[in-house]
Amino acid sequence: MSDTIKLQYTVSTDDFTRAGEASGDVKRKLKKMGSAPEVVRKVAIAMYEGEINMVIHANGGTIDVEITPEEILMVLQDSGPGIADVEKAMQAGYSTAPDRVRALGFGAGMGLPNMKQYSDEMEIETTIGVGTKVTMKVFQT
Amino acid sequence: MTVKEFAEQSGFRIINLADNAGEVLIRQAYCCDLLSIAMTKVPEGAAWVTVMSNINTLAVASLTEAACVIVAENAAADAEFAEKAKAQGITVLHTEKPVFDAALMVHEGL
Ligand SMILES: Nc1ncnc2c1ncn2[C@@H]1O[C@H](COP(=O)(O)OP(=O)(O)OP(=O)(O)O)[C@@H](O)[C@H]1O
Ligand SMILES: [Mg+2]
Repeated sequence: MSDTIKLQYTVSTDDFTRAGEASGDVKRKLKKMGSAPEVVRKVAIAMYEGEINMVIHANGGTIDVEITPEEILMVLQDSGPGIADVEKAMQAGYSTAPDRVRALGFGAGMGLPNMKQYSDEMEIETTIGVGTKVTMKVFQT
Repeated sequence: MTVKEFAEQSGFRIINLADNAGEVLIRQAYCCDLLSIAMTKVPEGAAWVTVMSNINTLAVASLTEAACVIVAENAAADAEFAEKAKAQGITVLHTEKPVFDAALMVHEGL
Protein backbone atom coordinates (compact mmCIF):
# COMPACT_ATOMS: atom_id res chain seq x y z
CA MET A 1 0.00 0.00 0.00
CA SER A 2 1.34 3.39 -0.96
CA ASP A 3 0.42 5.06 2.31
CA THR A 4 2.36 2.59 4.42
CA ILE A 5 5.50 4.00 6.00
CA LYS A 6 8.12 1.44 7.00
CA LEU A 7 10.87 2.26 9.46
CA GLN A 8 13.65 0.14 10.90
CA TYR A 9 15.88 0.82 13.88
CA THR A 10 18.85 -1.02 15.27
CA VAL A 11 19.13 -0.92 19.03
CA SER A 12 22.64 -1.75 20.17
CA THR A 13 23.94 -3.55 23.21
CA ASP A 14 23.81 -1.63 26.46
CA ASP A 15 23.77 1.58 24.45
CA PHE A 16 22.21 3.90 27.00
CA THR A 17 23.53 6.93 25.18
CA ARG A 18 21.06 6.30 22.39
CA ALA A 19 18.27 4.53 24.24
CA GLY A 20 14.99 6.23 23.51
CA GLU A 21 16.09 7.57 20.14
CA ALA A 22 14.02 5.14 18.09
CA SER A 23 10.85 5.91 20.04
CA GLY A 24 11.67 9.62 19.92
CA ASP A 25 12.03 9.46 16.15
CA VAL A 26 8.72 7.64 15.68
CA LYS A 27 7.03 10.11 18.00
CA ARG A 28 8.29 13.06 15.95
CA LYS A 29 7.20 11.45 12.70
CA LEU A 30 3.71 10.66 13.98
CA LYS A 31 3.28 14.19 15.27
CA LYS A 32 4.33 15.57 11.90
CA MET A 33 1.87 13.28 10.15
CA GLY A 34 -0.90 14.62 12.34
CA SER A 35 -1.70 11.53 14.42
CA ALA A 36 -3.92 12.22 17.42
CA PRO A 37 -1.93 13.29 20.52
CA GLU A 38 -3.23 10.30 22.49
CA VAL A 39 -2.07 7.93 19.73
CA VAL A 40 1.36 9.55 19.70
CA ARG A 41 1.60 9.23 23.46
CA LYS A 42 0.57 5.56 23.43
CA VAL A 43 3.14 4.69 20.78
CA ALA A 44 5.88 6.66 22.55
CA ILE A 45 5.30 4.89 25.86
CA ALA A 46 4.89 1.38 24.44
CA MET A 47 7.85 1.64 22.11
CA TYR A 48 10.17 3.33 24.61
CA GLU A 49 9.61 0.59 27.19
CA GLY A 50 10.20 -2.12 24.59
CA GLU A 51 13.30 -0.37 23.31
CA ILE A 52 14.74 -0.01 26.81
CA ASN A 53 14.02 -3.65 27.66
CA MET A 54 16.01 -4.70 24.61
CA VAL A 55 18.96 -2.63 25.86
CA ILE A 56 18.75 -3.73 29.50
CA HIS A 57 17.66 -7.34 29.32
CA ALA A 58 18.61 -8.57 25.86
CA ASN A 59 21.64 -7.64 23.80
CA GLY A 60 19.90 -5.03 21.72
CA GLY A 61 17.99 -5.95 18.60
CA THR A 62 15.89 -4.47 15.86
CA ILE A 63 12.64 -2.57 15.79
CA ASP A 64 10.41 -2.50 12.72
CA VAL A 65 7.62 0.04 12.59
CA GLU A 66 4.84 0.23 10.04
CA ILE A 67 2.59 3.24 10.00
CA THR A 68 -0.68 3.28 8.08
CA PRO A 69 -3.67 5.60 8.43
CA GLU A 70 -5.32 2.82 10.43
CA GLU A 71 -2.61 1.68 12.83
CA ILE A 72 0.97 1.68 14.01
CA LEU A 73 2.59 -1.75 14.09
CA MET A 74 5.77 -2.21 16.13
CA VAL A 75 7.84 -5.38 16.02
CA LEU A 76 10.72 -5.58 18.47
CA GLN A 77 13.04 -8.50 18.05
CA ASP A 78 16.10 -9.43 20.09
CA SER A 79 18.39 -12.41 20.44
CA GLY A 80 18.71 -12.06 24.19
CA PRO A 81 18.15 -14.66 26.91
CA GLY A 82 14.38 -14.93 26.43
CA ILE A 83 11.79 -14.67 29.19
CA ALA A 84 11.29 -17.79 31.31
CA ASP A 85 7.89 -16.90 32.74
CA VAL A 86 6.05 -14.32 30.66
CA GLU A 87 3.06 -14.17 32.97
CA LYS A 88 5.32 -13.32 35.89
CA ALA A 89 7.29 -10.81 33.83
CA MET A 90 4.02 -9.06 32.96
CA GLN A 91 3.20 -8.47 36.62
CA ALA A 92 3.60 -4.90 37.82
CA GLY A 93 6.65 -4.70 40.07
CA TYR A 94 8.40 -7.82 38.77
CA SER A 95 11.94 -7.07 37.67
CA THR A 96 15.25 -8.86 37.29
CA ALA A 97 17.05 -5.62 36.45
CA PRO A 98 20.64 -5.71 37.73
CA ASP A 99 21.86 -3.10 40.22
CA ARG A 100 23.84 -1.16 37.63
CA VAL A 101 20.66 -0.32 35.70
CA ARG A 102 18.55 0.14 38.83
CA ALA A 103 21.02 2.88 39.72
CA LEU A 104 19.94 4.65 36.52
CA GLY A 105 16.26 4.58 37.44
CA PHE A 106 15.17 1.36 35.76
CA GLY A 107 13.75 -1.70 37.49
CA ALA A 108 10.32 -0.59 38.72
CA GLY A 109 8.95 -3.61 36.89
CA MET A 110 6.49 -1.38 35.05
CA GLY A 111 7.80 -1.58 31.48
CA LEU A 112 5.85 -4.60 30.25
CA PRO A 113 2.66 -3.56 32.11
CA ASN A 114 2.98 -0.13 30.44
CA MET A 115 3.40 -1.76 27.03
CA LYS A 116 0.30 -3.86 27.63
CA GLN A 117 -1.71 -0.90 28.87
CA TYR A 118 -0.71 1.61 26.20
CA SER A 119 -0.80 -0.67 23.14
CA ASP A 120 -4.11 -1.87 21.75
CA GLU A 121 -2.74 -5.32 20.94
CA MET A 122 0.38 -7.01 22.21
CA GLU A 123 1.93 -10.41 21.69
CA ILE A 124 5.14 -11.83 23.14
CA GLU A 125 6.93 -14.76 21.54
CA THR A 126 9.98 -15.86 23.47
CA THR A 127 12.36 -18.81 23.59
CA ILE A 128 14.96 -19.31 26.27
CA GLY A 129 18.44 -18.85 24.86
CA VAL A 130 17.10 -17.68 21.50
CA GLY A 131 15.37 -14.37 22.02
CA THR A 132 12.17 -12.43 22.33
CA LYS A 133 9.81 -10.91 19.80
CA VAL A 134 7.27 -8.37 20.97
CA THR A 135 4.58 -7.28 18.54
CA MET A 136 2.44 -4.28 19.44
CA LYS A 137 -0.28 -2.38 17.65
CA VAL A 138 -1.78 1.00 18.34
CA PHE A 139 -4.88 1.94 16.35
CA GLN A 140 -5.08 5.40 14.85
CA THR A 141 -8.81 5.73 15.39
CA MET B 1 5.50 31.02 35.07
CA THR B 2 7.90 30.25 32.25
CA VAL B 3 10.84 27.91 32.63
CA LYS B 4 13.18 30.87 32.22
CA GLU B 5 11.44 32.85 34.94
CA PHE B 6 11.71 29.92 37.32
CA ALA B 7 15.35 29.40 36.45
CA GLU B 8 16.03 33.03 37.35
CA GLN B 9 13.82 33.19 40.46
CA SER B 10 15.02 29.93 41.95
CA GLY B 11 18.70 30.64 41.62
CA PHE B 12 19.20 26.98 40.79
CA ARG B 13 22.32 26.26 38.80
CA ILE B 14 21.55 26.11 35.10
CA ILE B 15 22.88 22.99 33.40
CA ASN B 16 21.10 23.84 30.18
CA LEU B 17 18.66 26.57 29.25
CA ALA B 18 16.68 25.56 26.17
CA ASP B 19 16.08 28.13 23.44
CA ASN B 20 12.36 28.06 24.12
CA ALA B 21 12.69 28.43 27.92
CA GLY B 22 11.20 31.92 27.72
CA GLU B 23 7.99 30.58 26.17
CA VAL B 24 7.45 27.18 27.80
CA LEU B 25 5.13 27.37 30.79
CA ILE B 26 5.53 25.31 33.93
CA ARG B 27 2.09 23.98 34.81
CA GLN B 28 2.94 21.88 37.84
CA ALA B 29 5.69 20.10 39.74
CA TYR B 30 6.15 16.35 39.47
CA CYS B 31 8.48 14.09 41.48
CA CYS B 32 9.58 10.54 40.68
CA ASP B 33 12.85 8.65 40.26
CA LEU B 34 11.68 5.46 38.60
CA LEU B 35 11.71 5.92 34.86
CA SER B 36 8.96 3.51 33.85
CA ILE B 37 6.61 5.14 36.34
CA ALA B 38 7.57 8.64 35.20
CA MET B 39 7.12 7.56 31.58
CA THR B 40 3.35 7.32 32.00
CA LYS B 41 2.91 9.90 34.76
CA VAL B 42 4.94 13.01 33.95
CA PRO B 43 2.23 15.56 33.14
CA GLU B 44 2.79 17.65 30.03
CA GLY B 45 4.41 20.90 31.03
CA ALA B 46 5.68 19.54 34.33
CA ALA B 47 8.83 20.63 36.10
CA TRP B 48 10.11 17.13 36.85
CA VAL B 49 12.14 16.94 40.03
CA THR B 50 14.36 13.86 40.33
CA VAL B 51 17.66 12.59 41.68
CA MET B 52 18.23 10.54 38.53
CA SER B 53 20.59 12.64 36.50
CA ASN B 54 21.47 10.47 33.53
CA ILE B 55 20.61 10.57 29.88
CA ASN B 56 17.69 8.20 30.37
CA THR B 57 16.01 10.89 32.45
CA LEU B 58 16.36 13.18 29.46
CA ALA B 59 14.87 10.61 27.09
CA VAL B 60 11.80 10.29 29.31
CA ALA B 61 11.56 14.07 29.77
CA SER B 62 11.62 14.51 26.01
CA LEU B 63 9.07 11.76 25.31
CA THR B 64 6.68 13.07 27.96
CA GLU B 65 7.21 16.72 26.99
CA ALA B 66 8.14 17.86 30.45
CA ALA B 67 8.72 21.61 30.69
CA CYS B 68 12.08 21.08 32.38
CA VAL B 69 14.07 18.73 34.59
CA ILE B 70 15.27 19.74 38.05
CA VAL B 71 18.05 17.59 39.44
CA ALA B 72 17.74 17.71 43.22
CA GLU B 73 19.91 16.58 46.16
CA ASN B 74 23.03 17.75 44.39
CA ALA B 75 22.94 14.55 42.36
CA ALA B 76 25.93 14.16 40.07
CA ALA B 77 25.43 15.63 36.62
CA ASP B 78 28.36 15.20 34.27
CA ALA B 79 29.36 16.89 31.03
CA GLU B 80 27.80 14.17 28.88
CA PHE B 81 24.48 14.78 30.63
CA ALA B 82 24.73 18.53 30.00
CA GLU B 83 25.63 17.98 26.36
CA LYS B 84 22.72 15.64 25.80
CA ALA B 85 20.33 18.12 27.45
CA LYS B 86 21.57 20.77 25.06
CA ALA B 87 21.28 18.49 22.03
CA GLN B 88 17.73 17.55 22.97
CA GLY B 89 16.72 21.11 23.84
CA ILE B 90 15.72 20.32 27.40
CA THR B 91 16.14 22.84 30.20
CA VAL B 92 17.88 21.24 33.17
CA LEU B 93 18.42 22.93 36.53
CA HIS B 94 20.47 21.66 39.44
CA THR B 95 20.07 22.20 43.17
CA GLU B 96 21.35 20.88 46.48
CA LYS B 97 17.79 21.07 47.85
CA PRO B 98 15.88 17.86 48.59
CA VAL B 99 13.24 16.77 46.08
CA PHE B 100 10.26 18.01 48.09
CA ASP B 101 11.75 21.42 48.80
CA ALA B 102 12.63 21.95 45.15
CA ALA B 103 9.14 20.89 44.04
CA LEU B 104 7.58 23.17 46.64
CA MET B 105 9.50 26.10 45.19
CA VAL B 106 8.04 25.28 41.78
CA HIS B 107 4.56 24.98 43.25
CA GLU B 108 4.79 28.27 45.08
CA GLY B 109 5.96 30.01 41.94
CA LEU B 110 3.02 28.82 39.83
N1 LIG C 1 13.45 -8.29 25.85
C1 LIG C 1 13.59 -8.98 26.99
N2 LIG C 1 14.45 -10.05 27.07
C2 LIG C 1 14.58 -10.74 28.22
N3 LIG C 1 13.91 -10.48 29.35
C3 LIG C 1 13.05 -9.45 29.34
C4 LIG C 1 12.83 -8.66 28.17
N4 LIG C 1 11.90 -7.72 28.47
C5 LIG C 1 11.56 -7.92 29.75
N5 LIG C 1 12.23 -8.97 30.29
C6 LIG C 1 12.08 -9.53 31.66
O1 LIG C 1 10.84 -9.12 32.18
C7 LIG C 1 11.04 -8.39 33.41
C8 LIG C 1 9.98 -7.31 33.54
O2 LIG C 1 10.15 -6.30 32.51
P1 LIG C 1 9.63 -4.83 32.77
O3 LIG C 1 9.96 -4.01 31.59
O4 LIG C 1 8.21 -4.90 33.19
O5 LIG C 1 10.46 -4.35 34.04
P2 LIG C 1 12.00 -3.90 34.11
O6 LIG C 1 12.54 -3.68 32.76
O7 LIG C 1 12.72 -4.89 34.95
O8 LIG C 1 11.88 -2.52 34.90
P3 LIG C 1 11.27 -1.14 34.32
O9 LIG C 1 10.79 -1.40 32.94
O10 LIG C 1 10.18 -0.77 35.24
O11 LIG C 1 12.41 -0.17 34.36
C9 LIG C 1 12.45 -7.88 33.32
O12 LIG C 1 13.00 -7.58 34.59
C10 LIG C 1 13.15 -9.05 32.63
O13 LIG C 1 13.39 -10.10 33.55
MG1 LIG D 1 11.51 -2.49 31.39
